[in-house]
Amino acid sequence: MNTEITIDGKKIQAQIGKPLIDVASDNNIYIPSLCYMRGKPCLGTCRVCSVRVNGHVMASCTVPVYEGMDIEVETPDLVDMRKALVEFLFVEGNHNCPSCEKSGRCELQAVGYETGMMVARFPYRFPVRTRDHASKYIWLERDRCIFCQRCVEFIRDEETGQKIFSIDNRSTNASIEIDVELADKMSPKQVKRAADICPVGCIIDKDLGFNKPIGERKYEIKSIKERILKGKPNE
Amino acid sequence: MSNVVKNEIASHELPATPMDPAVMAKREEKIQVAMIGLCGCWGCTLSFLDMDAGLLSLLDKINISRASITDIKRIPKRCAIGFVEGGVANDENIETLEHFRENCDILISVGACAVWGGVPAMRNDVSLEACFKEAYIDSPTAVPGIKPVIPFHEDLPLITTKVYPCHEVVKMDYFLPGCPPEGEAIFKVLDDLVNGREIDLPTSMNRYD
Repeated sequence: MNTEITIDGKKIQAQIGKPLIDVASDNNIYIPSLCYMRGKPCLGTCRVCSVRVNGHVMASCTVPVYEGMDIEVETPDLVDMRKALVEFLFVEGNHNCPSCEKSGRCELQAVGYETGMMVARFPYRFPVRTRDHASKYIWLERDRCIFCQRCVEFIRDEETGQKIFSIDNRSTNASIEIDVELADKMSPKQVKRAADICPVGCIIDKDLGFNKPIGERKYEIKSIKERILKGKPNE
Repeated sequence: MSNVVKNEIASHELPATPMDPAVMAKREEKIQVAMIGLCGCWGCTLSFLDMDAGLLSLLDKINISRASITDIKRIPKRCAIGFVEGGVANDENIETLEHFRENCDILISVGACAVWGGVPAMRNDVSLEACFKEAYIDSPTAVPGIKPVIPFHEDLPLITTKVYPCHEVVKMDYFLPGCPPEGEAIFKVLDDLVNGREIDLPTSMNRYD
């Protein structure tokens, strides 16, 4: 069933119950996000898609459409808040784009460009995080993890459905972990999928890196905004 | 620098043939632009040169003051615009950056190192002691049979414990990330400033690598 909602003053017909972030992109309104994947259950971890719904700030991937919604997306304070959220992610870990294999096809980087981030307003933390290369096919570069939990939820052992990735500890001690035994059973296709859905360069396919020259990389050919608005994030 | 009292002469202090007064007068009227590298690789300075013909089109309006291109060692006259490449990794960097802040109206961080520390900041997760040890004591390229020494002399800049972005040392007015940013991006920023426009770098020109 459809209802009428308002986004930035524009009246829009939307299906009740559909995630707000999807309705926005169907109506050519780009809301940046790092954890949400269209068609998958929402995770609501990154908060980068925050908008204001009837006066309250909410992550738009977590909000299903309901009657009488009045949404603000492009108000200057919200634009700046989303930028600040991206900046938080950049200062929390060590995001060294010049030396990263994922550069050019990294969602965090692409969303940084879209939100207009030039520098982080917060002090860079330079945390010390160890790398994990015990698994046969996957290199876990913890410096870059933003704890979106895509891998935790969507990459599971094909036989048992057990989780392969998990998050240990909390807050500044949080750390992404990999079950080496299960990871070594992963098919090449699943390894590629894990590396692809990682929005940063944390899960790296050991066989792949710097394979595309600068200028021909994913988000250099087409920006993340264009991809999301066309509904084809990976083409 | 702590060694200014010593008997040293910088190249710009040496006697030189006076310039043509007409040329000098014209230069004085122009917008003074400076650029310096701190702890970086000078790649951003090369990007500055990558403005190519764009730079030529601006030369009617700007004069390049202290920069690696001109080899002027101190800013001779207050500059309107100062570009800074590289982060802060030693006391000489701090002094140079402060000299720029005092003598420039607008200061711009250019490149990943100036913006957040960049590649040199990769040493931030180890101690300075470990850093020196790796570089000079346990170095795989150390000459066998020779006692390894950590260089220390009053003429050598003192290394800071961590590498800092420029804006953590002095106030920076604008930021231009990239490793290095494209010449076109530097040109866009400079052109906007010279022509009195608000800096507006398009999303497609913003790069972190």
